[in-house]
Amino acid sequence: MTKKVATEVATGLATEHERRPAHTRAHSDVWLSGVTAGYGERPAIEHIDLAVEAGSLLAVVGPNGAGKSTLLKVMAGLLPAWSGRVEVLGSAPGREARRVAYVPQAETVDWAFPVTVGDVVMMGRYPALGPFRRPGVADRRHVEEALEKVGMADHRQTQIGRLSGGQRRRVFLARALAADPALYLLDEPVTGIDATTQEELMDILDAESRRGRTVVATTHDLAAAAQRFHRVAAINKRVIADGPASMILDPDVLSRTYGGHLLVLGGQAVLLDDAHHHDEGATGEVHYHEEARRG
Amino acid sequence: MDAFLEPLAFQFFQRALIASVLAGVVCAVVGSYVVLKGLAFIGDAIAHAAFPGVVVAFMVGAPYAIGGGIAAFLTAVSIGWISRRARIRLDTAIGVVFAGTFALGILLYSSIQGFVGDLFGFLVGNVLAISAGDLVGLIVLGSGVLIVVLLLWKELLYSTFDPLGAAASGLPVPALEYLFLGLVAVTIVVSLQAVGIILVVAMLVTPAATAQQLTVRFTRLLWLAMAIGAATAVAGLYLSYWFDVASGATIVLVQTIVFLAALLLSARQRLSGRARVAA
Repeated sequence: MTKKVATEVATGLATEHERRPAHTRAHSDVWLSGVTAGYGERPAIEHIDLAVEAGSLLAVVGPNGAGKSTLLKVMAGLLPAWSGRVEVLGSAPGREARRVAYVPQAETVDWAFPVTVGDVVMMGRYPALGPFRRPGVADRRHVEEALEKVGMADHRQTQIGRLSGGQRRRVFLARALAADPALYLLDEPVTGIDATTQEELMDILDAESRRGRTVVATTHDLAAAAQRFHRVAAINKRVIADGPASMILDPDVLSRTYGGHLLVLGGQAVLLDDAHHHDEGATGEVHYHEEARRG
Repeated sequence: MDAFLEPLAFQFFQRALIASVLAGVVCAVVGSYVVLKGLAFIGDAIAHAAFPGVVVAFMVGAPYAIGGGIAAFLTAVSIGWISRRARIRLDTAIGVVFAGTFALGILLYSSIQGFVGDLFGFLVGNVLAISAGDLVGLIVLGSGVLIVVLLLWKELLYSTFDPLGAAASGLPVPALEYLFLGLVAVTIVVSLQAVGIILVVAMLVTPAATAQQLTVRFTRLLWLAMAIGAATAVAGLYLSYWFDVASGATIVLVQTIVFLAALLLSARQRLSGRARVAA
């Protein structure tokens, strides 16, 4: 089955990014070798080898507790690697922080915080602005453009708690866009939002990758991972599989990644987890995807 | 009108007015961040921890502001350290440190109680007894805090709102945290004589909490909290003078009443807003 999917990709659907080998360090914006990291005494990820090519869209998929967010935090320099080597934009993680935009999971944000949509997006400009300086004309232009791109220009003055789940994700993506980074690290950017918003946000990320920006996003949505990203890394503490996006629809990869949480029923994979992981805006808790949709 | 002008003829009242307004404004600014960071309990703990520092400063003849400030800052840092090292929650660590340091202060105080009646003023505030020299020191410290916040308000805001996003984009979030704890310590020292150790947490959180009922924009919240802090300080001091009651407690009670009023106002607005939506 693995072979079949791989052949399909090689013949018809493979993009330029999919055909390149995965572990070359030279063209990588993010490069991890044998990385173990975690909280307290328990490792959340172990012996991770991963290379993210400049200008590519990488989806990190895996069940709850697989270490997706941990992996992203290591890349962002928010969590030190216990062992192994990490390079981000050619330096140690955190060194090139101003060229990195990190968007946390929606659940970790205090939505009652007294800030408006415009305020949040302007925060994307703060690091480049430096201390002691007030935002100027150029910063405001960046904020405007980012708001236009995500379709939130009319909500500039709205307090963030009054937004829907999809609008909240739009605003945080706008904050990342306003920073004009080389690398986007996005924790669940399209989780629990309506299909239209998801498509629009993916279009924006796609456009950013065409401009040479690199995107790493964790996601629960296997359909989005398979259709809209260039590459997929399936992890469950370790890297289970790492390859072209359509690989994730392979039942073998799926069952090794999701273990007992996944039913594979005759070419149709049914993912049975993380109902609680979605925003209030989520419509369905059970995702399914037909393997051969693209074939 | 005379009722307002009459006390202004006294120098002690002028000094008290300046000290109270300064404390009201500085507390409101720093308190806006305290409230949003959810650090009200830490603010209270730092304030109580200043007491042994003040007593020791008195014993060795050093300025109380230095003793109180150092004790307050060390406590703030050690709370963070303990909660990271020990297997306990942050609020438990605060409870332990807070009671321990305050007990140490009372122990030291009781050992020298015979000759220091005015140390009691630090517990409940005694702004009418403030000296000209102390006032100058408070103005320097208070302006220092305001200048730091003026320069770094947006960095403090980003790291308060989204510490992960801020750190990932290159802001020195841990350094900002320590700087902020230092600001809280200095703010408490500035307010000790105005309202006292026991009530200073109210000066920190109440104006900011009041402003939070009235606006959803951070910059507006800051200005509003400052205005509330200053106005309630003036009102409280006059009321305490006219009715001859404790000044610190009166200021805090005025703030509490203003908070309740804002709470009712915003609740009513929300209710009528909902009624409009339903209609």
